[in-house]
Amino acid sequence: MNSLLLIAILLVLSSVGYAFGQRRARVVSGGHPSTLHSRPQYYGLYVALWCGIPSLLLMAAWLIIEPHVAEWLLVSNLPADAQQLSPDRLSLLVNDIENLASGNIVSREVDPVLQAAADGYKAVRQIGNAAMAAAAISLAVLGLAFARRRIAPSLRARNLVERTVSVLMILASTIAILTTIGIVLSLAFEAWRFFARVPITEFLFGLSWSPQTALREDQVGSSGAFGAVPLFAGTLMITFIAMCVAVPIGLFSAIYMSEYASPKIRATVKPMLEILAGVPTVVYGFFAALTVAPFIRNSGEAIGLDVSSESALAAGAVMGIMIIPFVSSLSDDVMNAVPRSLRDGAYALGATRSETIKQVVFPAALPGIVGSVLLAMSRAIGETMIVVMAAGLAANLTANPLEAVTTVTVQIVTLLVGDQEFDSAKTLAAFALGLLLFAVTLALNVVALHVVRRYREKYD
Amino acid sequence: MTESTIPTTTLRRVDLSEARLKRRYAAERRFRLYGIAAIVTALGILGLLIGTIVANGYTAFQQTYVAIPVYLDAQAIDPQGSRDAETLRRADYQSLVKQSLRDLFPEVTGRRDKIKLYGLVSNAAGDDVRDQVMDDPSMIGTTQTLWMRSSDDIDSLIKGAIDRRLPEDDRRVKDNEIGWIETLEAQGNVELRFNKAFFTSGDSREPEQAGIWGAAVGSAYTLMITLLLSFPIGVLSAVYLEEFAPKNRLTDLIEVNINNLAAVPSIIFGLLGLAVFLGTFGLPRSAPLVGGMVLALMTLPTIIIAARAALKAVPPSIREAALGIGASPLQVVTHHVLPLALPGVMTGTIIGMAQALGETAPLLMIGMVAFIVDVPGGVTDPATVLPVQIYLWADSPERAFVEKTNGAIMVLLAFLIVMNALAVLLRKRFERQW
Repeated sequence: MNSLLLIAILLVLSSVGYAFGQRRARVVSGGHPSTLHSRPQYYGLYVALWCGIPSLLLMAAWLIIEPHVAEWLLVSNLPADAQQLSPDRLSLLVNDIENLASGNIVSREVDPVLQAAADGYKAVRQIGNAAMAAAAISLAVLGLAFARRRIAPSLRARNLVERTVSVLMILASTIAILTTIGIVLSLAFEAWRFFARVPITEFLFGLSWSPQTALREDQVGSSGAFGAVPLFAGTLMITFIAMCVAVPIGLFSAIYMSEYASPKIRATVKPMLEILAGVPTVVYGFFAALTVAPFIRNSGEAIGLDVSSESALAAGAVMGIMIIPFVSSLSDDVMNAVPRSLRDGAYALGATRSETIKQVVFPAALPGIVGSVLLAMSRAIGETMIVVMAAGLAANLTANPLEAVTTVTVQIVTLLVGDQEFDSAKTLAAFALGLLLFAVTLALNVVALHVVRRYREKYD
Repeated sequence: MTESTIPTTTLRRVDLSEARLKRRYAAERRFRLYGIAAIVTALGILGLLIGTIVANGYTAFQQTYVAIPVYLDAQAIDPQGSRDAETLRRADYQSLVKQSLRDLFPEVTGRRDKIKLYGLVSNAAGDDVRDQVMDDPSMIGTTQTLWMRSSDDIDSLIKGAIDRRLPEDDRRVKDNEIGWIETLEAQGNVELRFNKAFFTSGDSREPEQAGIWGAAVGSAYTLMITLLLSFPIGVLSAVYLEEFAPKNRLTDLIEVNINNLAAVPSIIFGLLGLAVFLGTFGLPRSAPLVGGMVLALMTLPTIIIAARAALKAVPPSIREAALGIGASPLQVVTHHVLPLALPGVMTGTIIGMAQALGETAPLLMIGMVAFIVDVPGGVTDPATVLPVQIYLWADSPERAFVEKTNGAIMVLLAFLIVMNALAVLLRKRFERQW
């Protein structure tokens, strides 16, 4: 049975439980709802929760455990010679059988043994699914009946429901923490496996990056080099170009909007600038690759420069445009937060507006502006699609913005897109890069948020 | 203060002359101009971006059709004369179309020229003929002038993307093909029509048959999962953190955590999805289910932060009044605070969903980047989404995919504009000053 259908059935059962519970509460109160501890809806909710939560939990547990049980059954039913296979080949065989059972393409010839195993596996899965549906539905019905029986005027239904809801709320708010833990653990675990093969010093300080590892032992020229320095150099160069575009434009826009523009202009221009941040990055990537890169190349050639068609300049410039709003919006906010009295003091001394801005407002807002620039920078370092589409793949260690460079994110994408063995050095390298990327952006964010927060405290 | 306390050497002459004032005012004007220039530059680039996309993309909504007299041979289509739908569907219309092209240009001989001639029409031209025959089976046995899709090269030629005046070696469409198509044009048998296939079909290797429907459905499934997960979880945690959480180190940690998660690069969430959802839990690759889960984790901070801001904006007097008449803390929230904060929560959710709709990088990590022709039928079917479809087409070597890419971008931007407009509208309509 389809899991979504089952979820829908369980939800319907819960709403039935709600109606039952409410009706039951009215009945046990003997027509005087005021004798109940809680209002009748809470008895309804009480039954609905008893009906829904255990059955949904059972279903979730079943969905996680069942494939493993089915696979174990499959392996233990295989002929003895198949069971003697090495773990790798056994998992390949199991994969094939599972594919055969679900009607996908299989990578080997289908012999009767394989077919039988697949049929058996299919049957187990079908029985498992049916059993799950039966178990979940009967648990839901049981819960419904149990909760309905317990309804009495003295039952403190509201308190019970509220306690359940607060447990749900606490669980929900731990998901954010679990996500972070999940990110750190999964990246660290895979990266650790990578560092078992490639020394961490080589990864951090190596000057050459060519992740092609040999498929066979005797292959030449593909020993694989995992030095991440060229990637970071490329990332930093593109980020630097992006900041060169975004910081002046963003800052001057912010200054104009907070100090000169009338409220009406501000109310129209600010959302329009924020559109720049809302355009999907894949659109910027396409724009960079198809419009900006050829333009830079042609104008470079017109003045006799040799420009690569995947130049860092094109990717960096377009990325800079994307992060303009990150700089301008936050800077605008912090400059607005500078107290009026500081400006008035400067005006009273005879300063013009621009002098006031340059010598009073800007220095006072500087920590917040630095924070916004740091946040924009971390956004630029982690940006993926623009560089995947407009920057190069080859790892060049160069300082020339007209050449093609590659970045950390580009390499993560190239290493992981396409079918890969899950534990080859190549795929593991992507996780090590991810860990490094996470650490760098996290550090930037923490510093930026800290700076912004400290500054805000000063004027409140 | 006596004069002797001020050393005369440090006295600076203040230049109050007109010239200095002029310079200062000029600097003031310049400074102001820089600000205007910055804004104009930023908005100009935005205009340029949208302008180039629309200019190159609006043609994707049109498709060249050619009309060719086709002899609908009863022997070839339905030799038994049963006229039942299955037989009509299975007949080989493409070879009828080829035959008609040979009849139309009998002077074409030679294998290579014939292949070029067949290349005037799309591989799907037979399907167009089939649809028309199935609409009106009485046409079988007669010769009808039927409209069918042209190939992508001819389409580009008619739309002007291929310049007819270039030397023959520099263009994809050769002189003899232009000759044939000009003959058809002279007869009024070439026409630009609305490109229905672009909106109704899935991906294809042939540009004239490729459409965005598959990707749009994939996006819809993915967003549905994202919404189902992130909205309840986001609202629950926002309510907890804002209304109930005690001030202790754990809740501080959660708060810092959420702010940091909001700024983690999206590709990292893709890595998490690959390692945990695919690697540990063994969920299917390329499925909207996994994509939706990854995007839900990614949009969660956005929703929580927006929802908390909305809850914070509800004045404490409301809470106190409700508590005063005997509501329990949870009743205060569910009956009073949350309904008042709902517009703000919805605005944040819509903005989070718009973010998720435009996101590409994490979905590449979990394999939603495969070439998928079928329209997905559920959340566990292999699927792709609109931004990934744009990425795939942008990478495609076929020249005609450029216009499709731009067209798909226009559709995606249209969705995003609608969502953001909705968010702005909600905010304007329900915003309350307390």
